[in-house]
Amino acid sequence: MSQPRSSGYWHTRYAQDTALVETRTQKFWLAALALALGTYPFLANALWLDLANQVLLASIGAVALMLLTGYAGQISLGHAGLLAAGAFTAGILFQELAAPMWVTLPAAAAVGAALGLVFGLPSLRLRGLYLAVSTLALHFIVIHIGAEYETKRGYSTGIVMDSPVQDARAWYFVLLAASAATVLFSLNLLRSRTGRAWRAIHGRETVAEALGIHVARAKLTAFVVSSMLAAVSGALFAYFRGFVSVEAFSLYLTIQYVAMVIIGGMGSVLGALLGTVFVVLFPYLIDAAMRALGVADRLASLVFAINYAGFGLVMLLFLVFEPQGLVGLWRRAQNWALLWPFKQRPVQR
Amino acid sequence: MQLAVNIAVLGSIYALISCGYVLIYRVSRVLSLAHGELMMLGAYGLYATASLFSAHPLVALAAACALGLMVGVAVYFALMWRMTGESVLAAVLATIALGILLRGAMILVFGTQTRHPLDELGWENASHELWGGARISTVGLALLACTALVYLGLFAFLRATRWGIRMRAAGQHALLAAQRGIGLHGVYALAWGLATLTGGLAGMLLAADAGLEGTLYIVGLKAFPAALVGGLDSLLGALAGSLIIAGAEVLLIHYVDPLLADVVPFIVLLAMLIVRPWGLFGTREELDRV
Repeated sequence: MSQPRSSGYWHTRYAQDTALVETRTQKFWLAALALALGTYPFLANALWLDLANQVLLASIGAVALMLLTGYAGQISLGHAGLLAAGAFTAGILFQELAAPMWVTLPAAAAVGAALGLVFGLPSLRLRGLYLAVSTLALHFIVIHIGAEYETKRGYSTGIVMDSPVQDARAWYFVLLAASAATVLFSLNLLRSRTGRAWRAIHGRETVAEALGIHVARAKLTAFVVSSMLAAVSGALFAYFRGFVSVEAFSLYLTIQYVAMVIIGGMGSVLGALLGTVFVVLFPYLIDAAMRALGVADRLASLVFAINYAGFGLVMLLFLVFEPQGLVGLWRRAQNWALLWPFKQRPVQR
Repeated sequence: MQLAVNIAVLGSIYALISCGYVLIYRVSRVLSLAHGELMMLGAYGLYATASLFSAHPLVALAAACALGLMVGVAVYFALMWRMTGESVLAAVLATIALGILLRGAMILVFGTQTRHPLDELGWENASHELWGGARISTVGLALLACTALVYLGLFAFLRATRWGIRMRAAGQHALLAAQRGIGLHGVYALAWGLATLTGGLAGMLLAADAGLEGTLYIVGLKAFPAALVGGLDSLLGALAGSLIIAGAEVLLIHYVDPLLADVVPFIVLLAMLIVRPWGLFGTREELDRV
């Protein structure tokens, strides 16, 4: 991590040590980013606004998965199940009790936390591959329960919801706030005792335990926090689409979220965000490329197959050639610019 | 009686597929989640060769099998050997990504309509009466025979032949095996080839029974709980696990609710993971708690 931001270690007060933003340059760019994000919806057209909304929505789930997999090192293939749990909680409460949004979102968070405990329990006994498989099994069970509800209550095509937020621009600000809150929460959590415990577990469990970390509790916390965020993201997704159906939460969705984490770069919140942008925009990139080549009409019926194949290929390329992900590329570029004309970093202090 | 026949047929489908998971895991400690897609690729391979050699069905079958073996070896040398030494997650994700790539590519090449390779070969899928009033199709019989042959062949191969012993050695301790002069890449590639071959056989038979569609890979996903329940590194376990999963699935569908079909294997799997994570016949590895 420790990029050479300021020219040295000049901290004299604890407030400086705990500050998220160190230097004036950083403050400037952060303000510029905030300004750009604030004015974006007034400049973008409907398509670009919708894309931004999708990215912001997915970024919550991606950051949640990053906390669990990228930091705590617990592999989960059940992310779509957790999103589905949040979406269905919101949908069912809305449909059965006509509950407003300020009830359904906390309820989704609570259901997510409870499910996180369930998803996390196998992690106390299982590791690596076997843990991934157990979360995969739980995914299918959650989806089955959702499908059961749909058929039993006669919503065989899905639950229709109407949202208190209608306008795309209003949605943008809601989602931006939610995403920013998630990122801030995660960044701060990762600097706390919990976050350090997660990283220790990721490194080596035995050593973490020897250091006095309660491994079981830290693992469960990771699962609970991650699932809670994922469920809230799922509930927001339900409101955003105005529609809940199990078909939206296939295994492919899990794979997409895992791809966001992988392509973005493991162990970095920035990576989760970059990965989200890449994965959400990928189908549109393919579409644009096909249009540019002038083959869009001829291949219109095969677009989804091309998406699948291209997505798999890109994921493979990243896994093989750039395991650090987009964030690795970014850091390398940053280092190059910071160190120029030299090539090697000075010896670390 | 009919239920018993159904269980036997479904069990042999699962067994034929799950031995691929076991072979790859036992030898190289990688769980291949692309197995369903590779299975489907085998079925499409049969379809392609069937239209090529439509006059000689047996030649077509042999060509499709050879194709499956080659595809498996190619997958190893194109992709999986780069993943040796990477983390578990990276290897599993590589197979998932490969699966997505194959799924898209197969739709691109073969289209989305249902195919019937059996018609291309000019064979018929008749229904036979068994004692006790149960019925079984020709393909079902072929499945049972094929599974029995494949398992007997694999047991003999792993016990008696030079390459089989090399494979077991590599699975037991890769480093020591390499130091004794066993070429790990060859062994791993052979495991991938055999797994794809057996998976492809399962895909061909399934396609012969129900037609060949882009959704065939889902069966592969349902078969991997069978491998895990039996124990990921034991062929005998795969056989037993397949029977357990198939039995649970058929009985629950018949007596409780057809909607359960997709989820039963995973419930059984979860129960197994909680009680005995290493499976019925698997060796207890480094999964114990700290």
